[in-house]
Amino acid sequence: MNGGDGGEVAAAPSAGPPPPLEWKFSQVFGERTAGEEVQEVDIISAIEFDKIGDHLATGDRGGRVVLFERTDTKEHGGSRRDLERMDYPVSRHPEFRYKTEFQSHEPEFDYLKSLEIEEKINKIRWCQTANGALFLLSTNDKTIKFWKVQEKKVKKISEMNIDPSKAVGNCSASSSSVSSSPKPYLANGGYPDRSYSCLSNDVTFPPGGIPSLRLPVVTSTETSLVARCRRVYAHAHDYHINSISNNSDGETFISADDLRINLWNLEISNQSFNIVDVKPANMEDLTEVITSAEFHPTHCNMLGYSSSKGSIRLIDLRQSALCDSHSKLFEEQEAPGSRSFFTEIIASISDIKFAKDGRYILSRDYMTLKLWDINMDSGPVATLQVHEYLRPKLCDLYENDSIFDKFECCLSGDGLRVATGSYSNLFRVFGCTTGSTEATTLEASKNPMRRQVQTPSRPSRSLSSSLTRVVRRGSESPGVDANGNSYDFTTKLLHLAWHPTENSIACAAANSLYMYYA
Amino acid sequence: MSMVDEPLYPIAVLIDELKNDDIQLRLNSIRRLNTIARALGEERTRKELIPFLSENNDDDDEVLLAMAEELGVFIPYVGGVEYAHVLLPPLETLCTVEETCVRDKAVESLCRIGSQMRENDLVDWFIPLVKRLAAGEWFTARFSACGLFHIAYPSASEMLKTELRSIYSQLCQDDMPMVRRAAATNLGKFAATVEPAHLKTDIMSMFENLTQDDQDSVRLLAVEGCAALGKLLESQDCVTHILPVIVNFSQDKSWRVRYMVANQLYELCEAVGPEPTRTDLVPAYVRLLRDNEAEVRIAAAGKVTKFCRILDPELAVQHILPCVKELSSDSSQHVRSALASVIMGMAPVLGKDATIEQLLPIFLSLLKDEFPDVRLNIISKLDQVNQVIGIDLLSQSLLPAIVELAEDRHWRVRLAIIEYIPLLASQLGIGFFDDKLGALCMQWLQDKVYSIRDAAANNLKRLAEEFGPEWAMQHIIPQVLDMINNPHYLYRMTILHAISLLAPVMGSEITCSKLLPVVVTASKDRVPNIKFNVAKVLQSLIHIVDQSVVEKTIRPTLVELAEDPDVDVRYYANQALQSIDNVMMSS
Repeated sequence: MNGGDGGEVAAAPSAGPPPPLEWKFSQVFGERTAGEEVQEVDIISAIEFDKIGDHLATGDRGGRVVLFERTDTKEHGGSRRDLERMDYPVSRHPEFRYKTEFQSHEPEFDYLKSLEIEEKINKIRWCQTANGALFLLSTNDKTIKFWKVQEKKVKKISEMNIDPSKAVGNCSASSSSVSSSPKPYLANGGYPDRSYSCLSNDVTFPPGGIPSLRLPVVTSTETSLVARCRRVYAHAHDYHINSISNNSDGETFISADDLRINLWNLEISNQSFNIVDVKPANMEDLTEVITSAEFHPTHCNMLGYSSSKGSIRLIDLRQSALCDSHSKLFEEQEAPGSRSFFTEIIASISDIKFAKDGRYILSRDYMTLKLWDINMDSGPVATLQVHEYLRPKLCDLYENDSIFDKFECCLSGDGLRVATGSYSNLFRVFGCTTGSTEATTLEASKNPMRRQVQTPSRPSRSLSSSLTRVVRRGSESPGVDANGNSYDFTTKLLHLAWHPTENSIACAAANSLYMYYA
Repeated sequence: MSMVDEPLYPIAVLIDELKNDDIQLRLNSIRRLNTIARALGEERTRKELIPFLSENNDDDDEVLLAMAEELGVFIPYVGGVEYAHVLLPPLETLCTVEETCVRDKAVESLCRIGSQMRENDLVDWFIPLVKRLAAGEWFTARFSACGLFHIAYPSASEMLKTELRSIYSQLCQDDMPMVRRAAATNLGKFAATVEPAHLKTDIMSMFENLTQDDQDSVRLLAVEGCAALGKLLESQDCVTHILPVIVNFSQDKSWRVRYMVANQLYELCEAVGPEPTRTDLVPAYVRLLRDNEAEVRIAAAGKVTKFCRILDPELAVQHILPCVKELSSDSSQHVRSALASVIMGMAPVLGKDATIEQLLPIFLSLLKDEFPDVRLNIISKLDQVNQVIGIDLLSQSLLPAIVELAEDRHWRVRLAIIEYIPLLASQLGIGFFDDKLGALCMQWLQDKVYSIRDAAANNLKRLAEEFGPEWAMQHIIPQVLDMINNPHYLYRMTILHAISLLAPVMGSEITCSKLLPVVVTASKDRVPNIKFNVAKVLQSLIHIVDQSVVEKTIRPTLVELAEDPDVDVRYYANQALQSIDNVMMSS
């Protein structure tokens, strides 16, 4: 299975769809005990695997980032160079353990605009690892930070020149003489000339050096993980940041808010370039906002962004410095006669993801998942109904604002399947190859198949028959309950991620992180 | 654990603090590494300090950066050039760290050490190090290796040289774009050390690979290498190898690549010779001047003078000038602004007739541009045109432009024009200045923005220097002194400031007769801020006027101010009195 599979599959329908996967529970972190109340700050707001799937990061509303590391491949023999190339075989299903956590963002207050800035982590993106140190970008509504997480030796110094127990006063005195204290410290009455000025370069030492001096010896070999914020990319967004995405060149990334997309160099935090600006001259003319943006996984010049009107635009950074005109536009025409008050609201795309090979884009709107071939802008190659059964209830969903929930979506590393979240802590996995009828509903709990509907749904009649390649299915799958009465709109599964090389999904149910494999 | 002798105490602390918990103290110790080395002696530095530093590689980046820098000049402390190789291991580790600036510094230090090392030491120590880094597991090591080849290559044997070339070629095709970027950046330096025979084959094929890279960021850097490589090659080879590449680049799909070409193109003209310049580079440059992307036109417009200087003037008039005309009415203000900042330099290139005929209309239209930066850029380079055609032809349009800028609502624009007033004054001459601009200079003294008032005061001083005290006595001093009665204390303060600036230029006599009385009167002001500024001004006048005047006028005024109810006034008055005493003592 390599990245090219996705392309082949759609092109060669005769190959037949792969058999549906049997999902099994793997792990849970932060499981809630019965009756335990969820703290708002603990609710997970971002999940991201690194490129090779050895690490997983989650961010929460309290501004923390928690890292997990894979335990089942630690002893693989491949060289690091192979690791950088990101392909090596693994036999067992991925298992993770808690690695470390750090406070990425703190609540702030913008005094100029009288605005509170939440510490909630909106997105996390991994960057290129080097020397075993991990790098990642995390962002809240306004500020992006670049973190380095690294093992550091715990220092235990012996063999000092000055016995620390005997020379406490002296030590602190000498420290203060270099740090900030301007007045000479003479508490012990000892060394009035101890300041460093006497160490100017013209001091002469005996040619053989001074034998009684010795270097400190570090004895301890223990290590601990330390996270350091290397750079802060601030003050570049007037609106809330909804996405960040790394470029394949390894040196730049973008950040997108409601109306603009900015391009940054990872090494430069004090300037960024605005590459997309959809802000109208008069804000009253505003009809569409940017909801998500992502770089193409291999083409450094291409990026896609989605809008609240349900369109995806592909832009080419080579064409011009300010890419307000897109090079490709993907949107589906609404079938005539089916317009309603909610049409525009549910058309809004909450998330887009490129497939690993870069040929397909997966998008999620309120009712469906759509898969687009970037070479075909006439319509999606597949439309998957996620919760069609909610259609009669749109009015209620509008009343309680659930209709504005932003569900994320993800693709498997081989591009054969897609997944997205739903209500009642459910998430759905679909086969997205032509002819596939795989449509599984799982619950984020220790028994994911509890609510599984055994009968595989068959493809439904396409609404717009002119789009012959469009596959619609899953619409008849009633989930748990045909009335949908038992659906709980307060427990929604918004964030999930597919392991880059294996069939393993990590998803967030409130404050708990559930992992499944197949 | 031992106690050290008292005189050694500071150095002992310095050594201990190499491992202190406080990063400032560690940094301090690293910065004094040479002192530590001298205290330990050369042998123990080699055997203990350097290995100790090699293991100190997980410190904070700031400390590592300082260490990389210090080690670059460490040869004297390890026993001279013959022991230089002991410095390589710690720097090799620093070449692999994650932070780019640390690696760059380590590479720089390695190059510095390598260029001093003896030839056989290079073969024994330096070349193996380069090979190790180039085969490094993480991209960071391979990245650093690219910057070391030009030091390693010259002293290598034939066989090793072949190997080094093939390693570099691999680095040019590395999986990681970071490594390919480093290889592209350093290709020119490396190529300069490679024999001509291999230059044409090996280096050119690496170059070609880089020019076809998928990543725009790599191709960008390959463009930068074009000029460097072109200069190394015979002009004929340059025409066959580099010229097609740069012409291709000038039509690259990525505007960033074309932008780089626009910036670099003129450098290649000399390398390829006049004929290919005419047939290939001029058309390529003309295309860039008419590029769809404004950023590319900005870069191209900014180089228009440099390009024309190399060209035959006839070619410039025929091909470049029409584009310049188009650019002067470009839709992007930044393009016009870039053009305005260099276009005046074309006058000497084209000569008097062509300038009057062709350039003058462009100057005039740019002087009327709606965007202030464009006008400012023209004005800032006025002297270049003046030398060729004189200023009279321009002065009619110049005045409205200046007046409009002087009254622009953005204070930064006003500030910029003030800075050019002395230049304008010297170019336009006294007569023109008196008629038209004198009033403006006074008007700025009463601007709403402090920075403008401050600049205006400075401007008066520079004008007085330019036209001499006599002129200033007539045209500046009376107007300035009039304003000391302004009802607003901030404006009175500006005048005091102007007086203190003008006094040294005007000389002792005028200062005593005209300026000093005004200052003394101001010491009776009701606003304390004015009074302590009077004290400051008086202090600055001490050195200009006679001692008798100091005793007769300045001191009594200050003594009075020293009794003032306001603490600040007393403070500055006392300061001034003190400096009078100091002058007395020293004389």
